[in-house]
Amino acid sequence: MNIIILLLVTIFSYLSFLYGRSRIRKITSTQSIKINALPNYYGYYLALWCALPALIILLFWSIFEPAIIKYLISQTLIQNDLNYSSDQLNLLYQKIRSLYEGNFSGTLTEEIKIGVKNYENLQTIAQNSKIVLLLSTFIAAISYGIFRISKNNKARHDVEKILTGLLFVCSLVAILTTMGIIFSLLFESLKFFSAINIFDFLFGMNWSPQRAFVSDASAITALEYENLKGAFGSVPLFAGTAFIALIAMLVAVPIGLFSGIYMAEYASSKVRKYSKPIIEILAGIPTVVYGFFAALTVGPFFRELGEKLNLEVSSESALAAGLVMGVMIIPYVSSLSDDVINAVPQSLRDGSYAIGATKSETIKNVVIPAALPGIVGSVLLAVSRAIGETMIVVMAAGLAANLTINPLESTTTITTQIVMLLIGDQEFDSPKTQSAFALGLTLFFATLILNYIALRFVKKYREKYE
Amino acid sequence: MNKEQRLKKRHNAEKRFKLYGLTSILLAIFFVIFLLNAIFSKGSGAFLKTTIDVEVNFDADTLELSESPPLEDLENTDYYELAIDSILKVKKVNGLTEEKLLINLFSPDYEYEIRNFLLDNPKALNQTTVLKLTASDDFDQLHKGNYPRELPEERRRINNFQLNLYDELVNEGKVNKIFNSYLFTKGDSRNPELAGIGGALVGSFFTIVITLLLSFPIAIAASVYLEEFAPKNKITDFIEININNLAAVPSIVFGLLGLGILLGTFHLPRSTPLVAGITLALMTLPRIIIPCRASLKAVPPSIREGALAIGASKVQSVTHHVLPLAIPGTLSGTIIGLAQALGETAPLILIGMVAFVVDIPSIPTDPSASLPVQVYLWSEQAERGFVEKTSATIMVLLSFLITLNFIAVYLRQKFERKW
Repeated sequence: MNIIILLLVTIFSYLSFLYGRSRIRKITSTQSIKINALPNYYGYYLALWCALPALIILLFWSIFEPAIIKYLISQTLIQNDLNYSSDQLNLLYQKIRSLYEGNFSGTLTEEIKIGVKNYENLQTIAQNSKIVLLLSTFIAAISYGIFRISKNNKARHDVEKILTGLLFVCSLVAILTTMGIIFSLLFESLKFFSAINIFDFLFGMNWSPQRAFVSDASAITALEYENLKGAFGSVPLFAGTAFIALIAMLVAVPIGLFSGIYMAEYASSKVRKYSKPIIEILAGIPTVVYGFFAALTVGPFFRELGEKLNLEVSSESALAAGLVMGVMIIPYVSSLSDDVINAVPQSLRDGSYAIGATKSETIKNVVIPAALPGIVGSVLLAVSRAIGETMIVVMAAGLAANLTINPLESTTTITTQIVMLLIGDQEFDSPKTQSAFALGLTLFFATLILNYIALRFVKKYREKYE
Repeated sequence: MNKEQRLKKRHNAEKRFKLYGLTSILLAIFFVIFLLNAIFSKGSGAFLKTTIDVEVNFDADTLELSESPPLEDLENTDYYELAIDSILKVKKVNGLTEEKLLINLFSPDYEYEIRNFLLDNPKALNQTTVLKLTASDDFDQLHKGNYPRELPEERRRINNFQLNLYDELVNEGKVNKIFNSYLFTKGDSRNPELAGIGGALVGSFFTIVITLLLSFPIAIAASVYLEEFAPKNKITDFIEININNLAAVPSIVFGLLGLGILLGTFHLPRSTPLVAGITLALMTLPRIIIPCRASLKAVPPSIREGALAIGASKVQSVTHHVLPLAIPGTLSGTIIGLAQALGETAPLILIGMVAFVVDIPSIPTDPSASLPVQVYLWSEQAERGFVEKTSATIMVLLSFLITLNFIAVYLRQKFERKW
């Protein structure tokens, strides 16, 4: 339906473009009015009047229609039975929708059947009123536009103003996305924190969300709460995430840093030309590929190695996941530190050589200290990538939340748990689902803070030498 | 320690330091080669499949068909009897158990393979043809040498009787390896030998097209605004901070956004390329805006001033001069952003693209898989055959990514301009 409307809007806009252009030509040829814009601009002007109001209405209609229909349906349901809680209403509404869309499964009640009839009625009403509204706006807008054309000698000015406005709206998408992220995370997290105390979540030592059977998070009893309190302690997840990230950094920082130094200071241009793109392949490989590699090759390899050495190694060991993640991060560290080291002024090196230092002594005592803020910044950016990395840990790290510092045991991470909580069908409004959003919020803020600090470091460093 | 010793020590330290650098570069390169080798050596087998020759007599009477039946009848008649009879003629076996073991050599789709052959060649009716029927997963792996036949019988799914049958068939030359067209044409399946990435390919295609259509125009518009029109004020600063932050937000958070807003609030259909495309577009947007702005910045101010000097408006100077010069430069950044989006998995899992979808989607609002998600799904499967299928999928995915990156490099070199 919307696609047909969009198509019609496009066609009509084009027609009104042609009409506007020919009309202004006619006006200027018959009456001796002086206009300040090319005829094309009058065409654009009319086309914008034709398309914009219709598109704006269509957008808002599509955004609000589902919510309004849901509200109306819920009202009729409440009239029949006043005892529904909001969750039951939600569930009923879902059932009605799925029956309407023809993928209903479960027992059909009288209520749902009536609901579907209502839903159908409302859909038709909505459809019809949408068309009426669009048509009337369209007629009003286009006649206003035509009326304005003959009196307007600044069509270009108006068109350009609208265009700049549109560009501005497009740049607002970034803000809208951030707001969308924060609201969607915050909204569900607040529901979660109304059921589970935020301190129990942040400082609890035990994570076992499968224990959470409670369906209604808002009306939780004291007894249920006691049961739940122990289920959502996320310290093991934070510890696991930090631990795997640490292993990854232990791999990535030395290798990345040393290759960055070698590229910047020692390598001939030929070596640079070939080895840099090869190392950057590592950054271009999708993370799911690393995950597959870690789960299928590296994990079993460590387990067999452990068996030979009489060590008990889990096939989902933190070591395997961390190692592979470290390999993934190498190019981020190496190319960033390469850039930072290159930015250190040559005069500092020359000064060091002049007092007799060897190349490595210069690097260790002059170049690296000078580039340190930038290097720290790049390492922090790499850490933020490591804690937000999902597929490697989902496929190669464990699912059970163990609080351990043994790299041979399995641990789990924030991202793994988010995926595990949300994979497959989940009921909204259960603490289990909401806890994933709370974890997401934690992750979002953790990476935000890390990135902020990292960028501050890099910026400060740049200012120093520019 | 005298002077010479000290100097020697310092020079040794120098050599060691240089060696550390070289070692780490070699290590990184070794990782690349090892990773690609591990995937490619496992995956190449999946492009071939094992077939067993079966003689099928398309007798019109057995199929309960008239002499020149319409296509409809060919489609609707029952091929089961014919299939079983032809398979049992391959080798002489006694008793129900042995018959069953023989039938298990074949993939459960034999009936449809026979039907499809007749549908494609209606003239084969009343004739006897040798068909290459797909072997079941275990025998496929056995024939490719991936099956541990040395294991004691009770730990194998293939028993000794079947092994003998297989060996005899191999000796008669009836077991062949042919190109596995199923890999590219079929959707997902529980049987590895019948599973294909057709659905995932189409799903990924829809997703990436939607991502491109949404993110590219918005990214261009936003970067033109920020570079050319934006006044220096708090709103502009705020937009820039947001763009830089979004570029570093973990992808899984965008999955939560898609789940909470697109599925939760707007009730868009789950598991579809539409939602995936919108989610990935939001994720890719800041990553495209940054190179787009760099490319606009690279257009020298003299171009703008020249346009303004001969009387163009600000908008005209941008749309007629700056943008056409900057567009080629924005393309390579966009393509690299899209390549990242193509390999992205975590957000797609959260919006439900992990559903088991057999049908190949025909419109973007059909439930579907996508290439990276297919890798994830198959890697969780226990069957041996899925390992090579997963690796093959990765090979296909990587070849797309490599192509995209080459295009980006080519465009960058072709349109690179020194002012």
